[in-house]
Amino acid sequence: MKEILGLYNYWVVIFLMMTGFYIVIARRNLIKKVIGLSIFQISVFLLYITMGKVTGGTAPILPAKHFTTGEDFQTFSNPLPSVLILTAIVVGVATTALALALIVRIHEEYGTIEEDEILEQDREP
Amino acid sequence: MEHHLPVLLIITPLVAAPLCVLVRQRLAVFGLSLTVCWATFAMAIMLLVRVLDSGEITYQLGGWSAPWGIEYRIDTLSAFVMLFVSGIGAIVLTFAPHSIAREIREDQHYLFFAEYLLCLTGLLGIAITGDLFNLFVFLEISSLSAYALISLGAREGVQQTRRALIAAFHYLVMGTIGATFILIGIGLLYMMTGTLNMADMAERLRAEVQINRKLMDVNETRTVLVAFAFLSVGISLKMALFPLHMWLPNAYTYAPSVVTAFLAATATKVSVYVLLRLIFTIVGASFAFEKLPLDTELMVLSLIGIVVASTTAIFQTNIKRMLAYSSVAQIGYIALGISFASLDGLTGAIVHLFNHALIKGGLFLAMGCLVLRLGSAELDDLRGIGRRMPWTMFAWVVGGLGLIGVPVTAGFISKWYLISAALERGWWPVALLVLLSSLLALVYVWRVVEAAYFQDSPEQHAEVTEAPAAMLIPTYVLIGATVFFGLWTSLSAGVAQQAAQLLLEVTP
Repeated sequence: MKEILGLYNYWVVIFLMMTGFYIVIARRNLIKKVIGLSIFQISVFLLYITMGKVTGGTAPILPAKHFTTGEDFQTFSNPLPSVLILTAIVVGVATTALALALIVRIHEEYGTIEEDEILEQDREP
Repeated sequence: MEHHLPVLLIITPLVAAPLCVLVRQRLAVFGLSLTVCWATFAMAIMLLVRVLDSGEITYQLGGWSAPWGIEYRIDTLSAFVMLFVSGIGAIVLTFAPHSIAREIREDQHYLFFAEYLLCLTGLLGIAITGDLFNLFVFLEISSLSAYALISLGAREGVQQTRRALIAAFHYLVMGTIGATFILIGIGLLYMMTGTLNMADMAERLRAEVQINRKLMDVNETRTVLVAFAFLSVGISLKMALFPLHMWLPNAYTYAPSVVTAFLAATATKVSVYVLLRLIFTIVGASFAFEKLPLDTELMVLSLIGIVVASTTAIFQTNIKRMLAYSSVAQIGYIALGISFASLDGLTGAIVHLFNHALIKGGLFLAMGCLVLRLGSAELDDLRGIGRRMPWTMFAWVVGGLGLIGVPVTAGFISKWYLISAALERGWWPVALLVLLSSLLALVYVWRVVEAAYFQDSPEQHAEVTEAPAAMLIPTYVLIGATVFFGLWTSLSAGVAQQAAQLLLEVTP
């Protein structure tokens, strides 16, 4: 039981990941697909940030003193995953921006953002 | 200067891309990107010569030593991949001006060049880096610019071209899912090893760890298994391994010809390179092939892929789409070579990366010439074109022979290695299937030859003339190279064999 609760963050990650993935596959509206894709990517950001946490560790900022009690910290969380995720967030934003730009163009050309209607328009020669 | 060659190779196109956007003026931008592409090619040649001369080169970015800093690590395989990626990048860009003048809106030309350079940066970066997260970033640089490049095929007011947008969007969704899978895999590996440097990670994966009071190798843990699963599925999506190839046919069909030629020749190949790195450098062949059945899986999928994709290619009426399906089949050959996990098989796979890049690059450039004059890639419009555009069609036919794997073309060399690797294992049905699939290739190549040479051209094409020399020369450079490397194999097969030896020795 403790193990299940202790992995709380990971459950959230899996839940978000599957939610996003399902939306991408099941929704036919292009904007909703992009929303799903974003949720899917963001779940991975959470995975990275979670793994950087060290039990009992504080933020890796010097000086390592508690600002009121003056207590010295000995353990720190790993800062690297958070840094990596900053990069991944940039990639995610770029992807979303590009996807939305494409949708704008698709709407200009087809007058709709429903995938079924677009495919139907393409079938007519 | 010499010492900084590895980083210059990446920085030059990366810096040139925003410059293109700032300058905007069409001719200046073209001149700039052309210079940069050829300079990159020259640097890649110098790197390959140095690697063949003195072995692996490492470069510490910013002087931060590995595994803390990002490291560029160039061995024979990565230098070889960079050589043909930058070479094809340079040749295709030389071909580009006439073709994009017809297929891309004029006010978007500077964007084309900027995205092209970014894509090149990403592809080269994947090959050069020794850091797994850095690899992901380069992968996304190349993919994002590829989506944008494909969408350039849509011109306002021309109704048939709007499908490029949908193709780009689908590719974006599939590609991002693949990239996110790769990101998950990298994260899980980092979780278990605490490092992102590939060489360092390989070492730590073989170390022992205590889990639940049981001593085991790190790569026996479930986390590493899951990481490997995510990574291999993600990479397979990026390299369009059957049945994860659904994004590819539309993307290649509706993209501008120049973009198709460049992406078909390089993008999927670089993803194969990532798979090779994952299997042989990071987790080790014994982990992927003995403990896990990746070899069986690759073999089954690639054989089905070869047969299904080649058969589908036969029934296409659009030649670009036909060649796209043929690309899926060719990726199958490469994956088949990897699945043998033997020296011959791996050499065949690596040399086919190179040969297929030349063949498909050449074929799609010839398609670019045809589309320039005909405005279409439909088989019906190609009727009788052999008499109107003899040079273009001759190049196409030579490329087609390469696809079939006729002796004296580069395609023969790769198939030779694959078949001998299959026979070495005693798997003659596999060898037979490879031969049989060449017949399928013969059928789809023949359909084009028949239409082009043995049918009368329709009325509206009476005025069609040969493509300009500025396009024919780059086409013939690539097509000529397929014949050249079919006869002289010490660069292609020789280097590929050395790369394969290095990969197999790395594995414990």
